[in-house]
Amino acid sequence: MSRIQSVFATLKAQGKKALIPYITAGDPHPDQTVPLLHALVEAGADMIELGVPFSDPMADGPVIQRASERALVHKMGLRKVLAMVKAFRATNQTTPIVLMGYANPIEAMGSTQFVALAKEAGVDGVLTVDYPPEECEVFNQELAGADIDSIFLLSPTTEPSRTELIVKQATGFLYYVSLKGVTGAANLDIVEVKKRVAEIRQQTSLPIGVGFGVKDAATAREVAAIADAVVVGSRMVLAIESANADNLIANVQTLTKELRTAIDSV
Amino acid sequence: MQVYDMPDERGHFGPFGGVFVAETLVEALEELRVMYEKYRHDPEFLAEFAYDLKHFVGRPSPIYHAKRLSEKVGGAQIYLKREDLNHTGAHKINNTIGQALLAKRMGKPRVIAETGAGQHGVATATIAARLGLECVVYMGAEDVKRQAPNVFRMKLLGATVVPVESGSKTLKDALNEAMRDWVTNISNTFYIIGTVAGPHPYPMMVRDFQAVIGIEAKDQMQEMIGRQPDAIVACVGGGSNAMGIFYPYIDVEGVRLIGVEAGGHGLSTGQHAAPLTANSPIGVLHGNRTYLMQDEDGNIIETHSISAGLDYPGVGPEHAWLKDIKRAEYVAITDEEAMTAFHNLCRTEGIIPAMESSHALAHAEKLARTMSPDQVVLVNLSGRGDKDINTVARLANITL
Repeated sequence: MSRIQSVFATLKAQGKKALIPYITAGDPHPDQTVPLLHALVEAGADMIELGVPFSDPMADGPVIQRASERALVHKMGLRKVLAMVKAFRATNQTTPIVLMGYANPIEAMGSTQFVALAKEAGVDGVLTVDYPPEECEVFNQELAGADIDSIFLLSPTTEPSRTELIVKQATGFLYYVSLKGVTGAANLDIVEVKKRVAEIRQQTSLPIGVGFGVKDAATAREVAAIADAVVVGSRMVLAIESANADNLIANVQTLTKELRTAIDSV
Repeated sequence: MQVYDMPDERGHFGPFGGVFVAETLVEALEELRVMYEKYRHDPEFLAEFAYDLKHFVGRPSPIYHAKRLSEKVGGAQIYLKREDLNHTGAHKINNTIGQALLAKRMGKPRVIAETGAGQHGVATATIAARLGLECVVYMGAEDVKRQAPNVFRMKLLGATVVPVESGSKTLKDALNEAMRDWVTNISNTFYIIGTVAGPHPYPMMVRDFQAVIGIEAKDQMQEMIGRQPDAIVACVGGGSNAMGIFYPYIDVEGVRLIGVEAGGHGLSTGQHAAPLTANSPIGVLHGNRTYLMQDEDGNIIETHSISAGLDYPGVGPEHAWLKDIKRAEYVAITDEEAMTAFHNLCRTEGIIPAMESSHALAHAEKLARTMSPDQVVLVNLSGRGDKDINTVARLANITL
């Protein structure tokens, strides 16, 4: 059983839902990423999405784009991100790490080399935003060969026939994008999300995470009632952005604990 | 003879092209692909497009024999395909009319566009005004400063111009922002991409709408000189004017196709926008796989060109393919060389060319010198230079 599967299995047995915070590697400074990862786990994260900074993050809103820009000031590339995962793994063998990013940094490294290095570093899943399943068959096989999960997005506009194609290639969990827009956009429509998640469940037994519009504890609670996992990205990055060096960890932990409590209250 | 038939049904030109977008955009692109397939051979749609090209744009654009320039250069005869004489002053209008007519048929009341030099933004705002569509144009904040007259033109035409402050504040960032708008407003919005880049079907669709340039040129050259030119030269940023004139000539033997990229301060300085000529690595950006200017981590690097319309780190995937199969050649022209060619055309022919097109002119001069007077070089004069007079004046330390 992979680390991701085992987290979902354990939570299910406890009747709980997963909290998956997102942070961008290297934001606000590369030295703070590994301490932040540990702090998130300590405050209640079940899994972490670690963003690979990219110069042109087309699917992201302004908040996560700014995080990428802050990280890139420090020349934060994919190799360094993998080194951070490795450093995190030195003392944490249980919390899954999912890398989230864009295709070009992976292609620049070469997908075969990336998969080998990701495996060695202890990466559990990879979500490549601009790799729809039709364009990444070889990469997907390489990931499968290394027992790394391929996480795919489903959107409000994804037709059932396409969902069928995607769930065949997806492993670990599915990430349902809760609104039409970029990360951190307007408020999500919980009734619509509920309907769509129920439809997706008829096509797959994979756990379903929901993200892209979870702005506070109240939304997190609503989403937790429907989905298997709640992904919180832009709101988490805002907590990092608004902090200074002294209260960075405390800020992020306060938010994570609030979200944890909300999710567990379902 | 082999018949060129690209791209494949998923938009691949060999290893290039494709649909590299987030899942949130996939259905919108599929809808567009299906609708374009439906209308691209529809006689009624094509007749409406042809009508607008004739009566609204003023097509066919003439071909002009630049005799004094040819004499001054010494060598081959230089002919100009006068896209600068189109309504709005550049080739961009051909494509925006095609896409706007498609938007109308798809029932989308709102169009958005990205723009670099502003020509595509103006062309989009123009057709939006004519068809009564709401229009929002994204433009890098840096380009808004460089191209103030075009910004004002768009506003006069009723468009909203949004300056983009992220990243390098140029064309690529405007494209990112337009994509974000599209993904958020998919149900009522049509994204009019201005070049032969982006995800499928854009590179093919924009090429098809621009192919009128090459189709006309074939007839016109036959009529003027009784044969086809020995070489065709066009500037390449994303590459839409070049694709438009190259495409009908791909299967015509004996015609060299030469794309001219922006060499900026020179390829050795790294400050340019010439991914094909500089042998940049292959990568994925803006929905397609192509040659891309990037650093070792795969982040896109900032480009430089005197011409905002060529200031783009990638290039249309079909150009990448034509380079690989050696059907087209690609070269670079520096800012300085383009400026010299700009002045040459002004003084010898009474035509003020766009700074983009001046890159093609500069290479055509070099090439013509190596050829004999009975040979012919056809240059795609993609736009007029009125929009660039501030840039030219500033470089000469003149305040207008």
